[in-house]
Amino acid sequence: MSHAAHDHHASYLAYKGSPDDPFWSVKLPRTIWDWASTIDHKKIGVMYLVAILFMFFLGGMAAIAVRTELWAPTKVQTINDATGEVIVGAVPAGVKSHTEVRGNWIGHRMGEGENLAKSNELYNRTMTLHGVIMVFLVIVPSVPASLGNFLLPLMLGAKDVAFPRLNLASWYVYLVGSVFAIIAIIQGGVDTGWTFYTPYSTTTDDGFLRVTWMVTGAFILGFSSIFTGLNFVVTVHKLRAPGMGWFDMPLFVWGIYGAAVIQVLATPVIGITLLLMIFERTFHVGIFDPRLGGDPVLFQHFFWFYSHPVVYVMILPGMALMNEMIATGARKPIFGYRAVAFSSLAIAGISFIVWGHHLFTSEGEVAAIVFSALTFLVAIPSAVKVFNWLATLYKGSICLNTWNLYALAFLFLFSIGGLTGLFLGSLAVDLHLHDTYFVVSHFHYVMMGGTIIAFVGGIHFWWPKMFGKMYNEVGGTIGFVLVFIGFNLTFFPQFVMGSQGMPRRYANYVSEYQLYHQLSTIGAYTLLAGFLTHLVNFLYSLAAGPKAAPNPWGSLTLDWTNTSSPPIEHNFEHEPVVVHGPYDYDNVLPPQTRPGDYILPKPADVATGH
Amino acid sequence: MASIPAHPTSPAEDLSRPPHERYQAASHFKDREHEFDSVKMGVWLFLATEILLFSGMFCAYFIFRLLHPEAFIAGSHLLEVKWGLINTIVLLLSSYTVASGVRHAQTGNLKWLKINIALTFLAGAAFLGIKFYFEYWHKIQVGELPGKFFFYPYARSEYEPLWWGVYWVATGIHASHVIVGMGLFAWLFLRARRGEFGPGHYNAVEGVGLYWHIVDIVWIFLFPLLYLIH
Repeated sequence: MSHAAHDHHASYLAYKGSPDDPFWSVKLPRTIWDWASTIDHKKIGVMYLVAILFMFFLGGMAAIAVRTELWAPTKVQTINDATGEVIVGAVPAGVKSHTEVRGNWIGHRMGEGENLAKSNELYNRTMTLHGVIMVFLVIVPSVPASLGNFLLPLMLGAKDVAFPRLNLASWYVYLVGSVFAIIAIIQGGVDTGWTFYTPYSTTTDDGFLRVTWMVTGAFILGFSSIFTGLNFVVTVHKLRAPGMGWFDMPLFVWGIYGAAVIQVLATPVIGITLLLMIFERTFHVGIFDPRLGGDPVLFQHFFWFYSHPVVYVMILPGMALMNEMIATGARKPIFGYRAVAFSSLAIAGISFIVWGHHLFTSEGEVAAIVFSALTFLVAIPSAVKVFNWLATLYKGSICLNTWNLYALAFLFLFSIGGLTGLFLGSLAVDLHLHDTYFVVSHFHYVMMGGTIIAFVGGIHFWWPKMFGKMYNEVGGTIGFVLVFIGFNLTFFPQFVMGSQGMPRRYANYVSEYQLYHQLSTIGAYTLLAGFLTHLVNFLYSLAAGPKAAPNPWGSLTLDWTNTSSPPIEHNFEHEPVVVHGPYDYDNVLPPQTRPGDYILPKPADVATGH
Repeated sequence: MASIPAHPTSPAEDLSRPPHERYQAASHFKDREHEFDSVKMGVWLFLATEILLFSGMFCAYFIFRLLHPEAFIAGSHLLEVKWGLINTIVLLLSSYTVASGVRHAQTGNLKWLKINIALTFLAGAAFLGIKFYFEYWHKIQVGELPGKFFFYPYARSEYEPLWWGVYWVATGIHASHVIVGMGLFAWLFLRARRGEFGPGHYNAVEGVGLYWHIVDIVWIFLFPLLYLIH
C-alpha cells in the first residue's frame, strides 16, 4: 500500500462516522452494501421508514382509487343478450332480450363496453389491497419498526438493541413478506378483505394461488413483527443506562414496550391461523370447512385473538409518541407519569380478553354479553392517557410547531375514535351499526386519526435528530392543515351515512348517500395533497434544509440531550448517566441547547442548568 | 511453530487460549454474563411464542373433539401406541443428552459436549425416521389422510378426515420443529469442534437446548392427546 493510499484510508477512518459524515449519507466509498448489511439500529430504522412510507403511498393510492369509484352511485348498463354488446340509449326494436348490469365507475372507465359485474370485483380487490397493505405492511410495523428502532436504544442510553442481527433479519423478513404480497397483487390481487374470513377466503379464486401468496406473505410478516417485539422487550429489560430505573424511562419506551409484549404474545396465534388457512386451501384439511365438520367461526376467534390485540400494537406506539411531543410541546412534566406508564401495560393486558366484540353476531349470546362488558374496560386506560395529556397541557407553554399540531390533533381525533368505539361495544347499538360505514369511520379515526397522525407528527419531531436537518415549518403547517381538514372531511361523513345504513365494502350504493360519498372523496384528495406537501417538505429538507442543532426543541430525553444530530455510529461519545427525569422541565435547563436554539419560551424559574 | 506472546495484552488477543476463552461479548453489552442473560431472555420469549403457536393447534383439537368425539375416538384407535411411545422415549432421552451437553459446556468437558450434541442429533433423526417411515408412510398407503385426500375405506365416522387433518397438521408442525432442531444441532456440533464453546461462552448451546426442551414438551402433550385418550 502506498503512503498516499494509506493516508487516504486513515483519513477515511477518521471521517467515517464523525459528525461531518452523518450515518445516513450515501456518499462513496459507502455503498449500498453498507446499508444492506448494517446492524446499526438507526440505519435499520431509516430503512424501515422508507419501506413503510412507500407502502403507505401504495395503500393510499388504493384508497384514492376506492374513493374515486365511490364518487358516483351505481351505474347501469344494458347488455344485448344475443351479442354481448353494450346498448347505448334506447333498446333497438330488433333486440329480443337484454340484461341490465349494475356496476361501477372505475370499471366503466377502464373497460368501456365490458361487463360491469367484472369491475365490481375489481373494486373488491382494490379495497382488499388497501386494507392488507395498510394493516400488515404499514400500521403494524409503522412506529415500532421505524421510529422505535431508531429511538429505543437512544432513549435508553444503549449502543444498540439487544440483538442487532435479529433486527436486520426482521427487516429482510419484512421485505420477503412484502414480495409475497406483491406477487399476489401481480397475479390479480385478492378479494377477501383484509380479514380473510373463511369459508369465502378458502374457496374464492379456486385454481389460483394468489390468496395463498397473500396469506403466506402475512404469515411471514408475523415473524418480522415477532423479531422486532422480542428485541425490544429484551432491550428494555437489559440495556437501560446506569441510573435509569423503570420509572425513569421516557414514556415512549413504556408504550413501545407494551406494544412489543403484545407483538410477542399475539402474533404466533395469527401464525397458526394463517398456516391452517394455507393448509385448508391447499389440502382441504377441513378445520374451517363446515362440510367436513370444521367450524368457520373458529377462524374468526383465532383471527381476532391476534387481530384485536394487534390493534393496540398499532395504537400504543402512537400514544407513546404523544407523550414525548406533548411534554416537550407544553414544557411541562407529564401529568401522572406512573398512571400513563401502567395504562400502557393495562391496555396490553386487556387487549387479550376483548376479541369477541368482533363476533357479536356470530358467537353465542352469553359470550357476546361478556365480551361487550369486557370491551368497555379498554376505555379506562385509554381515557387515563387522554386526560393526563390534557392535564399536562394545562397551563403549559404550548408551542404550535408542526409536530405539536399533530399531537393536539391526535387528542381530538382519537377521542372521537375512542368514543364512537363505545357505541360499537354496546350490543343493541352494534346490531344496527355493524358492517356499516360507521365501523369504517370509527376504525379510521382510531388507526389513522390516532396512529398515523401521531406517526407523521413523530417523523416531524425526530426529523432533525434522524437526518440532522431542519424541515420547513411553514410547509409542515400547510401540510398539517390539509391533512387535518382532509381527514375529517373524509371520515366524518362516513359516521353519518353509516348510522343511516350505508353498508361497508360495497362498490355501489343508492343515490341518497351520494352527497356523503362525494364529501368523503374530496376529503381523500385533500389528504393526498397534505401528505404530498409533507413529502416535498422532507425531500427539500434533505437536499437543502438548515443544519439541525443537537436538541432543537429543548427536550430532556437522552436521544436529545446526550447525542449529536444525527447521532454518531455508536450513539454516544460516553455512556450516558441519567441524572434527571425525562420530563423534569421545572428544574432542568435542557442540555445541548443555546438560548434561541429552540423557539419555545424558556421556563422562568429555572434554577440550575447542566 | 507458533510463538506465544510473552506479555499478552488481553485474553482476547492471547492466541494460545482456546476460542471460547478469547470470546468477547458484543460491544453493546457490559460483559459476557450480561450478554448471556440477554440471550437467555430472548430465547425464553421465543419459547413463549412457540407455546402460543401450538396452543392454537391444541385449541382446535379440543373444540373438534367436543364437536365430533366419535371421529376422534375412532381415529385415535387407528394410531399405534407402540410407535408413539418409542418416540416419546427417544425424545425424553434426547432431553437428557442436551441437558448434559449444557452441563459439560459449563464444566469445560468439551469432548462430552460434542458427544452429547451428536447424540441429540441422532435422537432427532431417530424420531423422524420412526415418524416418517412407520407412521406417515403407512398412513399415506392406507389413506388415513386429511380432508380431500382421505380414502381409508373403513372409516367409522364421517368426520374422520377432520381428525386426520388435526393429526397431520399438529404432528407435521411438530416434526418441522424437530427438523429445525437437527439443523441447529449440526451447527452447534461444527462450532463445538472449532472449540467455540466452553465455560465462559456457551450462549448458543443453552439457547438451542431450551428450544429442544420445548419441542420435547409439545410432544409430551401431543402423545397422550392423540394416541392415549380414547
